[in-house]
Amino acid sequence: MDIINARGLTKKFDKFTAVRGIDLSIKEGEIFGLLGPNGAGKTTTLSMLSTLIPPTAGTASVNGFDVRKEPSKVRASIGFVFQDPSSDDLLTGRENLYLHALMYGVDMKDINKKMDDVLELVDLTKRQHERMRTYSGGMRRRLELARGLLHEPKVLFLDEPTLGLDPQTREHLWKYIKKLSTERKVTIIITTHYMEEADLLCDRIAIIDHGKIVVTDTPINLKKKLGGDVVRITVNKPNIKSLKSLKYIKSTEYANGILTLAVNDAGMHLQEILKKAGNVESVESRSPTLNDVFLHFTGNEIRESDESDAEGGWSERMMHSGNK
Amino acid sequence: MSELSGLYALWYREFKVFIRERSRIVSSLVQPLMWLVIFGTGLGSVVEISGANYQAYIFPGILVMTVLFGSLFFGLYIIMDKRVDFLKEVLVAPLSRTTIFFGKVLGGATDGAIEICILLVLGQLFFGIHFTLYSLFVSLVVIALLMVAIISLGLTFGSLMSSPEGFGLMSSFVIFPLFFLSGALFPVKNLPSWLYAFVAVNPVSYAVDALRTVILRTPSGFGGLGIDFIVIVAFALAMVGIGTQALKRMKI
Repeated sequence: MDIINARGLTKKFDKFTAVRGIDLSIKEGEIFGLLGPNGAGKTTTLSMLSTLIPPTAGTASVNGFDVRKEPSKVRASIGFVFQDPSSDDLLTGRENLYLHALMYGVDMKDINKKMDDVLELVDLTKRQHERMRTYSGGMRRRLELARGLLHEPKVLFLDEPTLGLDPQTREHLWKYIKKLSTERKVTIIITTHYMEEADLLCDRIAIIDHGKIVVTDTPINLKKKLGGDVVRITVNKPNIKSLKSLKYIKSTEYANGILTLAVNDAGMHLQEILKKAGNVESVESRSPTLNDVFLHFTGNEIRESDESDAEGGWSERMMHSGNK
Repeated sequence: MSELSGLYALWYREFKVFIRERSRIVSSLVQPLMWLVIFGTGLGSVVEISGANYQAYIFPGILVMTVLFGSLFFGLYIIMDKRVDFLKEVLVAPLSRTTIFFGKVLGGATDGAIEICILLVLGQLFFGIHFTLYSLFVSLVVIALLMVAIISLGLTFGSLMSSPEGFGLMSSFVIFPLFFLSGALFPVKNLPSWLYAFVAVNPVSYAVDALRTVILRTPSGFGGLGIDFIVIVAFALAMVGIGTQALKRMKI
């Protein structure tokens, strides 16, 4: 049975539709990624699954509980790590954990042991008695990860867990997330707009764009769907016609002096391709990345530079709709 | 009982933060002391009301003022929590919103009670107030009820709004009339009838009247402590009712 199941899940805010009827079936124990640009509807989807906001249409169940009919049972069985900081700066790390344990009704006699365990898991035992305002971004995230596990949820939602962290800290955090998955057997749903993160971390990925799921599969299968390797050749006036006659070339595209080919077993055929291509300046052959997959399915590239802008616009929209 | 431990958790947070931010305690006492010492002494040098010196006369009113300003602004913290995801962390916990509401009220009332107790001691020591067990008890009950009412009002504003500026604007529109029309600073008996009408419909007036009746042992201006109590209890209940509804409907 699926631990999370959604059918036709839809959310409309005043004028715009954030999520347009998505279907999900997530299996117990997997790390499932929702990959998409900012404003694609990832956070809204998580908010509906965690009963923070009610869906406009469609149904969803988490751990067998309906998000509409049994929201408090859903909430008791999930953990959530939010995109923005959600701990109190004036309290220590351990105090923030204690608050959380109380709110989730963790048995009083187990609280101390469980706090020790999760602190150990994220290597924060040494800093647990310091106020959170002294924590770095990465430490704060780790504490919030630990907190999400404190009440032993079956499902853990991570909303953009590495947003705004430097690459080293990000990789460090992936290690912890993997560890949670293997040591605690918890199902993890993660939203991200980092290709690398989705690729390295997730067992399966759903690519989401404009509130719709475009495709769902394992990262390897998604890349296979593109049909082979990517060969990019910088060349003047390529002989595209003769290239197209080659069987192992799946697609050709020429723009701005760069020829992009999808090739089966590029290593074997590279010489022949270069001979036919014409006056080649440089060549690059690589396996397809998730970025190529994303481009292929959405026709858009995720641009990091849009990050802060789009994010601000999104949360403002949320706030305005909250005002009405 | 996760609702009960959740209630404790919310109270625990407010209390810890309050204790840690000592500047908050100090600043909450500066304003009432300025009123008592500067305004009270200043106007007291030319005015004497019903036999008491003016400083002692406004002491019950200043207690009410401290409750009004301190408690209402407690609602501002909800807006602060909205700005980051702390509020979501609370809302996604398996707690009913009613529990969340009462946790906040309890936390705010504890903070307020500490401030008030300091003022009561200062009143006894420096401002010519002589508390008896009876007057102390009645005062604390009246103040507690008023605190619950005003914190609920603040939480209502906090739930409805998303910007601190909006909250500030709205609260000054409400809090100043409640304060000035409560008779905290002057006797209301001789007011022109149009102004008196405002005072009579202001529930805060009854809190001031009750406090003044027991602390200064003067006759009640509204027909007795009983009536004062009925109005204050009704006010608190109404505000709690409105506040819980507002928090339940709060969107994020």
